[in-house]
Amino acid sequence: MSKNIRFVQGNEACVEGAIYAGIDFFAGYPITPSTEIAELLSARLPEKGGKFIQMEDEIASMCAIIGASLTGKKVMTATSGPGFSLKQEAIGYACMAEIPCVIANVQRGGPSTGNPTHVSQGDINQARWGTHGDHAIIALTASNHQDVFTMTVDAFNMAETYRTPVVLLFDEAVGHMREKLIIPEQGELEIVDRLRTSLGKGVDYHPYLPREDGRLPMSDFGGEHRYNVTGLFHDMWGFPSNNPSVVNELLKHLVDKIENNVHAITRYKEHFMEGAEYVLISYGSSARSAIHLAKSRRAKGEKIGVLELQSIWPFPTELVREKCEHAKAILVVEMNMGQVTAQVKASVRKPNRVFLANRIDGHLITPSDIKKLLRVIQGRGV
Amino acid sequence: MAVKDYLRERFFPHMWCPGCGHGTILNSLIRAVEELQLNKNEIVMTSGIGCSARISGYVDFHSLHTLHGRALAFATGVKLSRPNLNVLVPMGDGDALAIGGNHFIHAARRNIDITAIVMNNRIYGMTGGQFSPLSGPGVKATTAPYLTIDSNFDVVELARAAGATFVARSTAYHAKESTELLKKAILHKGFSVVEILSQCPTHYGRKNKEGDAVSMLELHKTNTAKLGSKALEENPNLVPRGIFVEKDRPEYCAEYDKIIAYATREKVS
Repeated sequence: MSKNIRFVQGNEACVEGAIYAGIDFFAGYPITPSTEIAELLSARLPEKGGKFIQMEDEIASMCAIIGASLTGKKVMTATSGPGFSLKQEAIGYACMAEIPCVIANVQRGGPSTGNPTHVSQGDINQARWGTHGDHAIIALTASNHQDVFTMTVDAFNMAETYRTPVVLLFDEAVGHMREKLIIPEQGELEIVDRLRTSLGKGVDYHPYLPREDGRLPMSDFGGEHRYNVTGLFHDMWGFPSNNPSVVNELLKHLVDKIENNVHAITRYKEHFMEGAEYVLISYGSSARSAIHLAKSRRAKGEKIGVLELQSIWPFPTELVREKCEHAKAILVVEMNMGQVTAQVKASVRKPNRVFLANRIDGHLITPSDIKKLLRVIQGRGV
Repeated sequence: MAVKDYLRERFFPHMWCPGCGHGTILNSLIRAVEELQLNKNEIVMTSGIGCSARISGYVDFHSLHTLHGRALAFATGVKLSRPNLNVLVPMGDGDALAIGGNHFIHAARRNIDITAIVMNNRIYGMTGGQFSPLSGPGVKATTAPYLTIDSNFDVVELARAAGATFVARSTAYHAKESTELLKKAILHKGFSVVEILSQCPTHYGRKNKEGDAVSMLELHKTNTAKLGSKALEENPNLVPRGIFVEKDRPEYCAEYDKIIAYATREKVS
């Protein structure tokens, strides 16, 4: 059978991934540079009996997908910086009430309205700590369209597995660029469907009582089991509680269910890493420039490799430490003021060997931008 | 089914103050559901934050206690994804028309089949008695020690202008009348709004010298009159009660089903 090969924008690759993963419901609000995701899903979802709604604002669209998720649907919204800020309250709600949902943030320059049509990777920390209070979060990213597709499928899978919001941290360059995408056959990639309770009618279902393996089977709104969902700390029935032990246990559960699974969640790629003396750590569109540079320097005999992160949160601390163990220097290539750099410095044994190679002017960082800094670090001048 | 079978007695006693009107409104609502013989599995109650919002915990429906002002946005997701469910959204005055005002007018504009119940006690009770967009001018509140200068929304007129296709008003005093209005609102196909005036003796009543719960209930009686009544004709300053809007307009989920039918139609190859 011939392969299903497409020439698409990154945002379209995200839509294809969502369809492949089984999306049923999308709510959104137009915002550059993510709008194509909403536009495409407004056409695609009704074709498969799904639902698309353009809500009155970013907040409402985040709330609507949470409501739809509770009826048993696979849900997503898409946005960019300012909209991501507005969604944070409801993202926290989804963390607290453990509602599976996917939020695609196609990053643009910030803060505030910032640089709407230009690339940035400035929302790394907002994805982690944008909503108030202690919590854990999963955030994935990708540098090319095939990976945008795969990471979108992974995001839906992880949302179901861990009952959590999952953030897709794409960026304007990947979102708007066009390149090849091969859509896998059904069955080629694993799809995780919702874990529903096996308890039947008349049996007391406890929506927030974890099974032996720590997972919480769900029951769809409209089904036999009627229960309460709240953003307040709650007991095993989902009923509000400020009992200190209930509060303590729930908060630990919310953090541990993700932080304890960092190995299962971690996604990364290695490029030219064998014996690398200089390690470039990058992600998203900036990883393309890092890979390009490493390839050309390898051809000249320099030992340069790229560790491409595809999961940012929970941060793969041990992976980074291990891969950078023998590096003379580590350059973190990103388009912000060093948000992942700080994580890398906290991960490796010798943080003074970690350098930031960045660009924050709205243009994609180039291989020569990275090369200049690399030459300085190598003591070879610019 | 007995009325108490619609309650989660496990979670009683409730947290409302003595004399609060919200319990009476819950009573009216439960009786409406009981008289309509609705299946509990097909009811979702979505609420926001505040005294009113706690109502969702006490009912034996699927219940979604959400964020301040956002109940209608969550409810829209529930309803559109499963249109066969009856979605009830009780809200306080702040929930419905301050922080949630945008969601309120847009739900009305879409005419999505949700029943919104505005439990209007003209005050933020849970945070201790601050004025709300329904307090109106000349009211004392903890954030208006010199009296409010803010005008209030008229819930009925706002809902009508925004496109709600069923709009009614009653009070906590008129519990049976409320039940009848709620029954009609639940059965109505489209966005329905029922404003029920409630009383907060703890904050509003005490600050504004309206006396205890009994005298506040008395005010619901003496300050209001039925639409079309002689009393209202003679004294237009009374607050009218009854059904203000009841009309047909295409309902959002039904319209979306047409989009699905079109998008999935058999294509000629």
